[in-house]
Amino acid sequence: MKEVAFFAGAIGALGGAIAVIALRNAFYSVLALIVHLISLAGLFLLLQGEFIAAAQIVVYAGAVMVLYVFVAAYVGNVDEPLWEPIPGQRFIAPLLGIALFVELAIAITGSSLQAIDTGGPTVDLGFGSPTAIGKLLLERFLIAFEAASLLLLVAAVGAVVLAGRHRDPKADTATPGSEAEEVAA
Amino acid sequence: MDITWYLVLSALLFAVGVSGVLIRRSPLVILLCLELMLNAGNLALLAFSRSLGNQDGQVFALIVMVIAACEVVVGLGIIVAAYRRRIPLNVDDLRSLRG
Repeated sequence: MKEVAFFAGAIGALGGAIAVIALRNAFYSVLALIVHLISLAGLFLLLQGEFIAAAQIVVYAGAVMVLYVFVAAYVGNVDEPLWEPIPGQRFIAPLLGIALFVELAIAITGSSLQAIDTGGPTVDLGFGSPTAIGKLLLERFLIAFEAASLLLLVAAVGAVVLAGRHRDPKADTATPGSEAEEVAA
Repeated sequence: MDITWYLVLSALLFAVGVSGVLIRRSPLVILLCLELMLNAGNLALLAFSRSLGNQDGQVFALIVMVIAACEVVVGLGIIVAAYRRRIPLNVDDLRSLRG
């Protein structure tokens, strides 16, 4: 039963990932990423990460992807020219990706860790539950938690500064000048 | 299910993400591929967390999700700003940061 669930999740995650890079339209890529994230949440459940799986669906597939959908719709489809700055990039790049996978797979299967050939030890019932994760976050990892909240604040302010509507500096200088001219007239 | 399966799947997803960054030119799709790589890392973290019977890896994965959200917000902000200024959305043209 676990095998079936694993392979279903793995096929969903892999298919979504390949669809993200293969589809020409950026909007469809975003939708494929949602499929990928939901399949991955299923795999997280198999690994007993209940809270992470829930957060993945609510925060990632829900909130972050909505942001992507809006930006993809706002920007529209971007044409990718066939001109290549590096000759043969389209053929070399997948080869590099495959080489990286082979290297990582050799590192994983050739590692002397004995625990990775088992399903992991039996764990308590509360493993990965919101209670356990919350306790860890607010006790042992309090500094990381606070740093993450600060980082989110900085990112939110940065996004507003970056994407906010800027006034043209020329218009700014022109307005008081024209007012002064009107007064003088 | 052995933990090795999850780790190999995570390596495969990471390699797909890297290929995407190398192949595609649209900054939006490159951001999506970064998400793929971060999620592959999360899968490996959760697999090791399960294999060691230790929940620290799950907290690590949660922090990675926060970092990913920040990266998305800033990245999409840059994309929207570039679009507003009529800068072509192509990483080959976006080489220099001076607008």
